[in-house]
Amino acid sequence: MSAPLLDLRVSDKHYDSRTILERLTLSIRRGEIVSLVGPSGCGKSTLLRILAGLDREFNGEILIDGKRQQGPSSRIGVIFQEPRLLPWLSVADNVAFPAGPRRGRDPRVGSLLAEVGLAGARAYLPKQLSGGMAQRVAIARGLFSEPDLLLLDEPFSAVDAMTRMRLQDLLLSLVRSHGTAALLVTHDLDEALYLSDRVLLMTPSGKTGSGRIVREIEVSVERPRDRRDLLLASLRGELLEGLGAVAA
Amino acid sequence: MNRPALRANVVASDESLALSGQLSSKEKTASSPLQPWRIAGLLLPFAFLGLMEMLVRTHVVPEHLVPAPSSIVETLWQLGGERLARHIGASSLRVFAGFAIGAFIAILFGAAMGLSRRLDALLDPSFQALRAIPSLAWVPVLLLWMGIDEAPKITLIAIGAFFPVHLSVVAGIRGVDRKLIELGEVNRLGQRALFTRILLPASLPHIFTGLRTGLSLAWMFMVAAELIAATRGLGYLLSDGRETGRPDLVFGAILLLASLGKLSDSVLKAIETRVLSWRDTNTGDRR
Repeated sequence: MSAPLLDLRVSDKHYDSRTILERLTLSIRRGEIVSLVGPSGCGKSTLLRILAGLDREFNGEILIDGKRQQGPSSRIGVIFQEPRLLPWLSVADNVAFPAGPRRGRDPRVGSLLAEVGLAGARAYLPKQLSGGMAQRVAIARGLFSEPDLLLLDEPFSAVDAMTRMRLQDLLLSLVRSHGTAALLVTHDLDEALYLSDRVLLMTPSGKTGSGRIVREIEVSVERPRDRRDLLLASLRGELLEGLGAVAA
Repeated sequence: MNRPALRANVVASDESLALSGQLSSKEKTASSPLQPWRIAGLLLPFAFLGLMEMLVRTHVVPEHLVPAPSSIVETLWQLGGERLARHIGASSLRVFAGFAIGAFIAILFGAAMGLSRRLDALLDPSFQALRAIPSLAWVPVLLLWMGIDEAPKITLIAIGAFFPVHLSVVAGIRGVDRKLIELGEVNRLGQRALFTRILLPASLPHIFTGLRTGLSLAWMFMVAAELIAATRGLGYLLSDGRETGRPDLVFGAILLLASLGKLSDSVLKAIETRVLSWRDTNTGDRR
């Protein structure tokens, strides 16, 4: 196995006097899709914010290709729960936002919009888009700077079930064709199992109730996967068991 | 705009896009039922003037209290186009200069205080105290400091325009969604880029509201300013009419102030609608 793309080590992360994360390590290989699941409040979003460079108040370090990273990195793209498009910019300018102001004419914008199925929407304003379309624009923007790692924070939780499945397939084909690794935070076990090479179960544990990764599941099912696959179902059972152990 | 053609390209790959195309055409038709009301709204003041004319002519309202609108117009007519234009021009120029200076300084201070909590904590009490000073209280002070030229008048108007704009800029920047700021951080924007690319455009709706309030206050402060030894301007016309006991002149000046205020606000509103066409609210052109 080659050296990991990303190595994260958090010895602890406090918020006021509460311990959110404790003794946590995470590594992601190139092109790998990893999901982080767990009950709400277990610190998975905090972990993602740390990786995105939005939260720097923690003890530990982030290594990208062995080099220490502080703050946001150009090699990491972030896709939030909401599209977070800038309402005053056209779709094209939004996609090219990482390049600078009003760079919608960049040739990569066209190909990215075509990839997410919105080739004809470049001049639209965000207010004219549906929720699913807006999130696809956000995905195109996340990929614009050709990051090695894409962080996604419950990116499909706000859209309807049909759109969600289409977006999941879109995400899969995009990260595969761009060779991008992805870390996906989700509360949807099926989504995690359908998309990922590895699923990490994170739960609050110990006396302090701080978040730790308690279980790691390799999903070795070939792609394209069938959402009704029996192996996926049994892995789902395993995850539920892990979650149940927390509740008990 | 060539929406339908655009849509046809994509319709095969995405049905939801077609849906949004329909939405935008619905937006356009939604304004037409309002059209008669808009026209009626413009006609309402004229209908009121017509009513007053009738009431005065039939002696229901005594002429020495409210001159008939026709005699007000006649008075303005007798002043002559050139003199009238001089009065209007002098006042408008003062309002324009004062508003521009006041708004510009307000945007500078507002941006600084919106960006820095420390600066805000330091300056806010003083600004709030200054804001509480009525326009007429400034008149003797500015006379003392600046004499009787244009400078004190424009300064007073600038003071009037300053505070609403300043408040709106601070509130606008403070009110920017933290999520958009995070987007800027993730994309490694520096302080300056964060301001010009996210904070400023996001607070423009607030700022425009402040600019419009500031402009209307500039007109009001102009009248106070022209109490300072003015020889022309609508404020001068007003006080001249009062001193010489001519209600028709007073009402004439009032009519002109109202019309000019409305006209300048309409211009600013048109700019606002254009600049903020991206807004997805029902406060824009739809209502």
